[in-house]
Amino acid sequence: MKKLTAAKAKEAYEKMNDIRNFENTLHDIFAKGEIPGFVHLYAGEEAVAVGVCSHLTDSDYITSTHRGHGHCIAKGCDLKGMMAEIYGRETGLCKGKGGSMHIADLDKGMLGANGIVGSGFPLAIGAGLRNQYLGTDDVAVCFFGDGAANEGNFHESINMAAIWKLPVVFINENNTFAESTPQHYSSASPTIAERAAAYNIPGEKVDGKDFMAVYEAAGKAIDRARKGEGPSLIEYHTYREYGHFEGDEQTYKYDSDEEIAFHDRDDIKEFRAYALKKKLFTEKDAEKIEDKSVQDVADAVEFAKASPIPQPEALFTDVFAD
Amino acid sequence: MTKIAFMNAINQALDQAMEKDDKVFLMGEDILGGTDIKHLEEKNEDSWGGCFGVTKGLGPKYGKKRVIDTPISEQSYMGAAVGAAVTGLRPVPELMFSDFIGVSFDSLLTQGSKMRYMFGGKAKLPLTVRTTIGAGASAAAQHSGAYYGIFASIPGIKVVVPSNPYDAKGLLLSAIEEDNIVVFCEDKTLYGVKGEVPEEYYTIPLGKAAVKREGKDLSIVTIGKMVSVAMEVADRLEKEGIDVEVIDLRTVAPWDEETVIESVKKTGRLIVIDEAQPHNNTATDIAATVTDKAFDYLDGPIKRVTAPNTPVPFATNLEQAYLPTADRVIEESAEIIDDLKSSK
Repeated sequence: MKKLTAAKAKEAYEKMNDIRNFENTLHDIFAKGEIPGFVHLYAGEEAVAVGVCSHLTDSDYITSTHRGHGHCIAKGCDLKGMMAEIYGRETGLCKGKGGSMHIADLDKGMLGANGIVGSGFPLAIGAGLRNQYLGTDDVAVCFFGDGAANEGNFHESINMAAIWKLPVVFINENNTFAESTPQHYSSASPTIAERAAAYNIPGEKVDGKDFMAVYEAAGKAIDRARKGEGPSLIEYHTYREYGHFEGDEQTYKYDSDEEIAFHDRDDIKEFRAYALKKKLFTEKDAEKIEDKSVQDVADAVEFAKASPIPQPEALFTDVFAD
Repeated sequence: MTKIAFMNAINQALDQAMEKDDKVFLMGEDILGGTDIKHLEEKNEDSWGGCFGVTKGLGPKYGKKRVIDTPISEQSYMGAAVGAAVTGLRPVPELMFSDFIGVSFDSLLTQGSKMRYMFGGKAKLPLTVRTTIGAGASAAAQHSGAYYGIFASIPGIKVVVPSNPYDAKGLLLSAIEEDNIVVFCEDKTLYGVKGEVPEEYYTIPLGKAAVKREGKDLSIVTIGKMVSVAMEVADRLEKEGIDVEVIDLRTVAPWDEETVIESVKKTGRLIVIDEAQPHNNTATDIAATVTDKAFDYLDGPIKRVTAPNTPVPFATNLEQAYLPTADRVIEESAEIIDDLKSSK
């Protein structure tokens, strides 16, 4: 596995900041009624998307979830194109026709946020099958929540990936709640990770708030997949800062002191402290990254608001390829 | 030209598509059969070659990399086919019975059919789903559905229902060349039907109906195995001096509006025969469209002859009564047939 270089650490810190700022900004503008529909924010889980995607290139694929903005940013999608998409503008990554829940960028290997829980599993199997079929060493990473772990696709897809030794890595973002339902209620197994044993693949539960722990576990699993040794399952324990969707009153949160303490941990601050201590970047570098990120997200909002809405004809196009 | 069975025409099309394009591969349950069984692999033999034997021989020829036996996991392997298509391969998954769409629909309904649109036109979905349809094989309520109308109701999916071996080969090769999702519905009761099929590679365009027989008095529009019922009706009415035009839609989505409307403009009378249940089906869609676009040309009501609004029964006599027959078509269309007779 590649060691975290100073350049990679900086890039990761940039992306984590971008995700946090992007989502905090959306939280504010959604409350103002500026964007249509509904959004599911990724703030609080940055270490997972960025720690995993730090090992990927544009030719690797990822599948995503309802909560897809973080995966997009971690995979290198353009902030302006993303924001314009969420505003429903013609300049959006999907020309305003997908929105927050379907945001995608195939050029970046990002196979779409997904409005259907658990439907990313088989798409990742297909992408992994493609990589194996063409003999590339690209991988497919399937991000899924603790809720999706109880969908039938979880079983079918992991089993298929295991029997065919597909280059797929299953990344469970256990953010403590499936919508409003806690995992200890909805899952018969205490952890998602231990289910890996049933498929005879490696499974491990890792602290998802700790960037380095995320990075190292993902690196091992992704290396293994690239070498043709088959899939792995990693459960990252994390916590979402906001509700399932914006407007969720979150009355189900804070059931124990332990949960409150976990919620209060900030993955970005923890990584900043680690990187400064290890001299991966300086205080000055960090401040520069933080300021630039705030500015970039503000620019993305300006870009989106100044962008035209789709032409009426766009309603009818892009159903079929010619 | 040699006569071969419908199922062999399908096999030939798959073989030629795979020969032509390395990215074409098959996946499904038991389509090779016996994968990883040592004594079969030693002899490079397949076992089933599909539950009806349609893919027989393709496994030994192309290997298990391109003829992939899946676990019984319809939900995920259909979704995997979508994932493989959107990332650049050209999968041809087999859904053993269209009835199984219940367990696997998400991959087509919310994922594949919408990706190009949701992603702003950037995705291509070169995916052909082969599946079987149709009552008449004593397969009862869970293995006999004619569900093409369900697929056809979804934007982003094309649906083909061939009626004969020649069309089956040419339409399947067209479907596999498409950069779109095509659901290719094979009536299992037609698998043994023989017909002339050229050995070379040829395609038949999707969305184009075939006029099986020209006529000036009455149009019958139909699909799949109901084409032979329509032809029987035409033969019988000919003896009574009624000149029937029979149109085989071949593609249910998009269906060939132009050919149907032109025919109705000529004849002024229309019967639609559809093996699906009577509501929200292809026949209803055709009748509504013709009423909208050719109302002034109609000399009588449009008759829809369909299966009853019931599941497919098992007992042979009940199953026979379930399927539209020439007798039923003539009986249920008496109003326009009598009218035609009296005007002669």
